[in-house]
Amino acid sequence: MSRGRSEGRRWLDALLGNRKSMVGLAIVGAFVLMSLVGPSLVQDASAFVATPHQPPSAAHWFGTTGQGQDVFAQTVVGARLTLAVGFTCGFLVIGIGSVIGATAGYVGGRVDEGLSLLTNVFLVLPGLPLMVVVAAWLPAGPGTLLAVLTLTGWAWNARVLRAQTLSLRGKDFVAAAQVSGDGPLRIVMAEILPNMLSLMVSSFIGATVYAIGAQVGLEFLGLGDIGAVTWGTNLYWASNDSALLTGAWWTFVPTGACIALVGFGLTLINFAIDEIANPALQSETIWRKQLSVTPPPGAATPVEVGLA
Amino acid sequence: MGGTARYLLGRLGFYLLAAWVALSLNFLIPRMMPGDPATVMFARFQGQLSPEAMDALRETFGLSDASWWSQYWTYLRHALVGDFGTSVAYFPEPVTGVLLRGLFWTVVLAGSAVVVAFAAGTLLGTLAAWRRGGWLDSVLPPVLALLGAFPYFWLAMLALFVLGFGMGLFPLRHAYSDQLTPGLSPEFLASVFRHTLLPALTLVAVSLGGWMLAMRNTMIGVLGSDFIEYAHARGLAPRRVMLAYAARNAILPNVTGFGMALGFVLGGALLTEIIFSYPVQGYLLIQSVRAQDYPLMQGLFLTISLAVLAANWFVDCATVALDPRTRR
Repeated sequence: MSRGRSEGRRWLDALLGNRKSMVGLAIVGAFVLMSLVGPSLVQDASAFVATPHQPPSAAHWFGTTGQGQDVFAQTVVGARLTLAVGFTCGFLVIGIGSVIGATAGYVGGRVDEGLSLLTNVFLVLPGLPLMVVVAAWLPAGPGTLLAVLTLTGWAWNARVLRAQTLSLRGKDFVAAAQVSGDGPLRIVMAEILPNMLSLMVSSFIGATVYAIGAQVGLEFLGLGDIGAVTWGTNLYWASNDSALLTGAWWTFVPTGACIALVGFGLTLINFAIDEIANPALQSETIWRKQLSVTPPPGAATPVEVGLA
Repeated sequence: MGGTARYLLGRLGFYLLAAWVALSLNFLIPRMMPGDPATVMFARFQGQLSPEAMDALRETFGLSDASWWSQYWTYLRHALVGDFGTSVAYFPEPVTGVLLRGLFWTVVLAGSAVVVAFAAGTLLGTLAAWRRGGWLDSVLPPVLALLGAFPYFWLAMLALFVLGFGMGLFPLRHAYSDQLTPGLSPEFLASVFRHTLLPALTLVAVSLGGWMLAMRNTMIGVLGSDFIEYAHARGLAPRRVMLAYAARNAILPNVTGFGMALGFVLGGALLTEIIFSYPVQGYLLIQSVRAQDYPLMQGLFLTISLAVLAANWFVDCATVALDPRTRR
């Protein structure tokens, strides 16, 4: 248990000392805060407040939609459901992925063959059309989005975590636990999972980015609850009210920029985790020096011919 | 050689299994939903459909009092000969006919975008790893990561708005000019190119970063190997070491990822097609969602799945050619 904690501590320190992860954490933190307190600070996002399709002004910072709603309020309020579904889906995906991946990797044999086959089948089936087929049958809403996003998203994490479990299974500390009589469940929970925490965190972040993007795409198609205010439905209505043809860029730019910023922030955190876990990837000055060992073009002697 | 054939046959078997899973999901999903699918569907179409269309729907789903097994059997037999039933939105045209009209354009758009992104991204990743810490390595990854964070279709909206609507640089909709008749004439091909350029570029822009980063990270690992040192020591030209030794070995994970990326981009392409009113699968998809045309939706899912599975098998063949280890 103590190993898990000190490991977590080391990671936290490394993350806080890394510029990329600090920028990423700041961006994501700001949006999470906005989604929590924002909706109670702005006006009713669904109310008709002014003439439709007004460009940004002092009264309506981001202008109004084709339905005469305030775009700023919609952008702020939309964050809540979108981020909630995104992060929840990230948790579900990583939960299912680690159970299936760790089981397949640790138990091996027939179980591994069966689970890997299932994983690979889900990996190879195209996600979006599958989501559409399933979502169309279910009642529109956050629950449906969660279900289809999890159904199509778990396989990638299961594959990554299985590979990592396989490599940890042969390690000495696992052998030590086996010799001291620990059961498979205890070994997976206490020895294997804590040791791939960084991988699980980065998989969780990756899954969340995927969930936000796919969710917005589905809602844009009209498969979400079009009565709710989310980032996806904002874009659905922008397109439905012909934002492109009327030149109302302000109805889709703020929402899209927010989605991209959240995704970018999460990706930055993942870059940082990658660098901390795998120092070889850091592009720092020390490494640059090593590269200068490479001979300059043209300086090479054709030794090959001489050798033959 | 026998090993290679066995390997490729094994992969083919896997894809056939995946295709069967796709078909079965298609069959099971409507039946697993709460309530009787027929009732659900007919309730939604209350008063909108002619009795003939209703019968066609019922027949499409094989919804009858027969047991699930015999329904399943009928369904599989129909699917095998490409009979996905009758479209609701385009009644009474069969789904297969509607789908085939669009498939070609989707493949043109998504296919060219994936190939360009793969080639450009892999090359950029190679260069970034080779000149580690250079400007390519420090500037491009964050920029591409930011681009990759945008939803495909949103970036397409913005590009269309700024470059097409605002500046008039690109045509606003469709795959070719309305005044031309499809054919192999130079004007027509030029028109297709002009119409495909912007949608394809937006797809490339969002997927480039993934290829580049994957290539860069694998290549950095390969560059640390002894055989690279040895190649340098032998005095081989740096360019040759970079391309024939390092990149040749680092490219395999990217090739393996190609098939999966195709499925991913095909999904993104569907949404992009909607923005550009590109005539086809994407348009059909939104049609089918709006009209709740389940036969068409399922047909789309199946044809796209099969296209992706076939592409994956070709990628496997390419991997065998590139990686001697799989040939044992």
